[in-house]
Amino acid sequence: MTFSPALEERFAKLVASYPEGRTRSAVIPMLIYAQDEVGAVTPELVDEVAKRCNVPRLQVEEVIGYYSMLHRKPMGKYHVQVCTNISCMLVGGMELYHHTAKKLGIGHKETTPDGVFSLEEVECMGACSWAPAVEINYDFHHHVTPEKLDVLLDGLKKVQ
Amino acid sequence: MTATEVKTVTLTIDGQEVTAPEGALLIDVCKSKGTEVPAFCYYEGYSLQAACRMCLVEIEKFPKLQASCTIPVAQGMVVKTESEQVVAARKDMLEFLLSNHPLDCPVCDKGGECELQDMTFRYGAGESRFTEIKVHTPEKQWSPVVYFDAPRCILCYRCVRACGEGMGVGALGVQYRGVVAEIVPNMNDHLNCDECGACIDICPVGALTSGMYRYKTRPWEMTHVGTICTHCSNGCKTTLGVKNDEIIRGNNRDRSGINDEFLCVKGRYAFDFNRHEARLTSPMVRKDGKLVEVPWSEALATVAKKFSETVAAGGTFGVVGSVHTTNEENYFLQKFARHGLKTANLDHQRTGDVPALVDALSIASGSVSGTSGSLATASDLYQCSAALVIGSDLSQQHPFLAWQLRANGRHHQARVYTVTPGPVREDAYSVAQLRYTDAASMSSAIASLHEKLKGERDLVILFGDAIKGADVKKLVEFGSSLGIPVKYVALVDYSNSRGAMDMGLLPHLAPGYKAAPAKGHALPEMVGAGLDVMWVVGAETPATNAKFTVVQDLFLTETAARADVVLPSASAYEKSGTVTSVCGEVQRLKPAVRTMGTKPDLEIMGLIAREMKLNLGIWTADKVFDEIRSSVPGYNVPLAVLQTGGAPQAQLVNGAVPLDNRPELVASAGDTMFTSGKLGRYSKTLTSVIEYPGKLYGPQAGKAQ
Amino acid sequence: MLFNEPHPLEVRVLTKRMHEPGYNGSVEAYERYGGYRQFLKAVEMTPEQIIEEVKISNLRGRGGAGFPTGMKWGFLPRQSPKPKYIVVNADESEPGTCKDRVLMENDPHLLIEGCLIAARMAGAQRGYIYIRGEYRYLIDITERAIDEAYRAGWLGENIKGTGITFHLRAHSGAGAYECGEESALLESLEGKRGNPRIRPPFPAVSGLYASPTVLNNVETFAAVPGILEMGGKAWADLGVAKAGGTKLTCLTGHFNKPGVYELPLGFPVEKMINEVGGGVRGGRKMKAFIPGGSSCPVLTGDEAWPLTMDYDSFAKAGSMLGSGGVILMDETTDMVKAALRIMHFYAHESCGWCIPCREGTAWLKKLLHRLDEGHGSTRDIDLVGDLAKNMLGRTFCPLGDAAALPTMSIVKKFRHEFEAKLAHAPIPAASPEQLVAIG
Repeated sequence: MTFSPALEERFAKLVASYPEGRTRSAVIPMLIYAQDEVGAVTPELVDEVAKRCNVPRLQVEEVIGYYSMLHRKPMGKYHVQVCTNISCMLVGGMELYHHTAKKLGIGHKETTPDGVFSLEEVECMGACSWAPAVEINYDFHHHVTPEKLDVLLDGLKKVQ
Repeated sequence: MTATEVKTVTLTIDGQEVTAPEGALLIDVCKSKGTEVPAFCYYEGYSLQAACRMCLVEIEKFPKLQASCTIPVAQGMVVKTESEQVVAARKDMLEFLLSNHPLDCPVCDKGGECELQDMTFRYGAGESRFTEIKVHTPEKQWSPVVYFDAPRCILCYRCVRACGEGMGVGALGVQYRGVVAEIVPNMNDHLNCDECGACIDICPVGALTSGMYRYKTRPWEMTHVGTICTHCSNGCKTTLGVKNDEIIRGNNRDRSGINDEFLCVKGRYAFDFNRHEARLTSPMVRKDGKLVEVPWSEALATVAKKFSETVAAGGTFGVVGSVHTTNEENYFLQKFARHGLKTANLDHQRTGDVPALVDALSIASGSVSGTSGSLATASDLYQCSAALVIGSDLSQQHPFLAWQLRANGRHHQARVYTVTPGPVREDAYSVAQLRYTDAASMSSAIASLHEKLKGERDLVILFGDAIKGADVKKLVEFGSSLGIPVKYVALVDYSNSRGAMDMGLLPHLAPGYKAAPAKGHALPEMVGAGLDVMWVVGAETPATNAKFTVVQDLFLTETAARADVVLPSASAYEKSGTVTSVCGEVQRLKPAVRTMGTKPDLEIMGLIAREMKLNLGIWTADKVFDEIRSSVPGYNVPLAVLQTGGAPQAQLVNGAVPLDNRPELVASAGDTMFTSGKLGRYSKTLTSVIEYPGKLYGPQAGKAQ
Repeated sequence: MLFNEPHPLEVRVLTKRMHEPGYNGSVEAYERYGGYRQFLKAVEMTPEQIIEEVKISNLRGRGGAGFPTGMKWGFLPRQSPKPKYIVVNADESEPGTCKDRVLMENDPHLLIEGCLIAARMAGAQRGYIYIRGEYRYLIDITERAIDEAYRAGWLGENIKGTGITFHLRAHSGAGAYECGEESALLESLEGKRGNPRIRPPFPAVSGLYASPTVLNNVETFAAVPGILEMGGKAWADLGVAKAGGTKLTCLTGHFNKPGVYELPLGFPVEKMINEVGGGVRGGRKMKAFIPGGSSCPVLTGDEAWPLTMDYDSFAKAGSMLGSGGVILMDETTDMVKAALRIMHFYAHESCGWCIPCREGTAWLKKLLHRLDEGHGSTRDIDLVGDLAKNMLGRTFCPLGDAAALPTMSIVKKFRHEFEAKLAHAPIPAASPEQLVAIG
């Protein structure tokens, strides 16, 4: 597999980050950076990471299901992650999640038919003091209300 | 105080003061003192998990219960293993375990042998408070021999460790997390592995089941017969589960043999050749050019008559013995040939140059050479501080010996050196991996290790057929030059390859590597010698120009199909006697089943002798073995040890051996993990696994594919 | 960017620079405000002196467990021939906790300097900042800061001619709360599933790549430059006995002014709620209080009210200071839903390694879900408490306790709410004596 020059550069730096013979350490970061570009952890990507990190394929497979951010199926172009954990829940996180699900017409870990949005009810993302919080891809949005989210999602949809 | 002396500590277990080596694990100490602390994940010899929380015990001054599988004993420790608190904790753990466990015990293969059942019987609750919906996923088939039922799995990771640490394969892993965490195979939906079934055997519950055994029986309906695997030369004990005169399971869960609980795919599953539909069940005699079934009496009379007439006429014989038949049979065959048939034309399929090694050791100088002490036992492979493997894909050709080295590496940090023509599994943990392309590069590779090997405490050298003839002597000289204790294993292929040589199935050697009274033809010369009679016992030969051929075999092999008389013989799983492993350990066979119409080769030979009115002595296995013990140098092994299932080593270095100097006759058949010469072709299990027939020195299973 | 307005009652040591006008967290800005000088001071000190200063400071681990940092550093076998490693736990995932984010976003060089001082102490040449995958923008910020530090000569070979070599890298996680547990973090950093390790050996002795490892929370490392600057004694004096200095405290839930504030240890809860946090939203009463992340036993409003924000105070009240993630719940809170949401989290995050946590959290989640929907009997309420108790103290790692403790406390203190659910009575069903009127 070939990746973009930027990602290749990131990988080169990554592999050089660990001591001699410890390339297994690069497996998880490599998977997540590659997932962003490829869209999902595909079987080819598993092979590629196994090869680049010099580990058996099974050792790569083992971590995929363990880490909740790694997924085998492509998510939407905008992956909307709504936190409903306790601090967010107390200030409307749950309602925000249901609102989003209704608005997008999809449920947990589902993708809209046009592939623009996917939704995930996520655990605490570290935005508790600025709750309720939503993370779209890697962008944090704080103090989100259903109205604010509507504007945000509509805007993204338009850009699309 | 020497390094080997271990400091001891005194502690109290359930009110009893006990002494134990410092640093020993509490669970082991409890066990050695007669207190069983239950555990699922803890498994002697494998890495620690502390995952199942069953072995929690109460230790004074610890605020919480402690997992005894990870706590080293300490001076003054006061331990309670069955206090109220401990028993309650175990019950609670079982309640958690059973919450998602399907209670399908009535149809589970493990029922009756299940550790979860046993533990629940001992500590568990009779009622369940779990009223939610259980996690369920469908059962999966991972290979012809391995099935996985995830809901039954308790995630003790024994299988993962048995495969990764024990076998060195690493074909099993864990996927997902939390309550849906699941054991997964290396190829997503199937396994690419040794198919050894160690994962199934070690599974405490019925999560991993065997394709051969599943749904065939309840365990208590079987009888269990501990005998020796009849495939390779490693001499593993296999306990055959028998029901209705059929072998339906092989394992060694009682750890009774030299192999502890190790078995490879052949030992655990390849017993099925025994019931193959092609098994011969009636003697046959060639009439009008065709082999026709005849009664035993007629077949035996035909053979006896031919033998007697040929002897009387001063005719010529060629006798070829087997690498699977017992020592008694081999000994009796050579006696029959030399004394009954007056021939010295005697041979077998030679797969390793043991005579050359015995000869070289008889004159070598060094601390333990000149005695049989220089012949390594399987146990030495687990104890030695270093091992040199030359010219063998050990994990495939000698899976148990490889297991011993791996375990030694894991437990004692043994240093392994490999000198092979291609990649081998030992590379993964060996300290040096040298490759050769020809004899010269092999010699220089070995020589290059001289300095490193000199620094080892002791060494075992295992060599395959790449080293034979004069090279064996050179290798022993190399070993002697290291100045450290060195032991050797001359690798041979089959279950009694070693015994065939020890018992004198050679044209130039009598039993015990003594000079034969007369020297005869080796097999290649017999083929074209126009012999009057060719007698092939459980072997395969090229087509010969002999005038009359008698073959004893399990199957109508090409050799048997050419014969004039074919006598159906019993397999090793159907008879008594002894066999000798590659390391010279003598072990007893026990008959597990019978196949109607067949006879053990010893009985066949005895009956022929009787028909011929030859007096070759009583032909029961016990009596012949008595004769072997008293007449074959080195075979005077302690009978009590043997009869109680022990494996005494034959002491064969007893002076120089008159060699025939024909190294070209020594050649390993190159069986892989999934082939086993003739027997392998008749094992449907072996031929059904995707890895069959495999390839030596190929990519290693479980590694990045 | 800052996330909330600073409060005058804050004592700002770790966060002092980020509030300066125009401070942008760059290496130049950091140096301008005295950055990296404490590292140079550490170079002049012996490792023993550094450890001693940290011991005097009474700094306790800021990740949640509160283990004395100086003592932890003292366990490091510095004479070992193995390489030593510095590992920063930036896997901030404890529900209610968002403090490390503030430090890393606004003043990344403070953390780097903390690592450098630890590296000087340990003789380590390599370090890793393990950052949860969701904090991708912080990984980028940290990597940029590291690159800056390399360029400015604060990282690399022979730093500023001191003869010290230290290489630091950011390492991305990929979504796993369990990796905040130090030994699971190390497994993850080695590229494996984040299952915790058997301890002992502790990371100080056998950590990353089975080598001696200094492993602390972001805030712990970030506190060290300040300790060297003001001296251990002065830092200790900011706090209370056995717990020195300041703590970044995250006010979350039903506060009028939620936010992250740097407060001295021993800060009164009442003052924190009323003054710093601006009181409870809508002038409501406080029903429940979690001092430091969802793993702590829940206190009722009246239990929490007289306490101070330090380890001993909460321990005496049967809870813990934890990570500094304060969760305040007002009178409208449905405690059954709270218990369910907390258990949902632990069931989702259980690594599955040990039986009681794997099975217990999953069972409790299903059971609480059923009770929340009003199905079941009073025996089921007992079962919740019983199953949590059966997990407590018996799991492989603290995650089991973290799931059990809040659950047990909620069942015990808010049982009437469970009963109300079963009776299909309206929510809230609060016991008036547990409520505290604020202000």
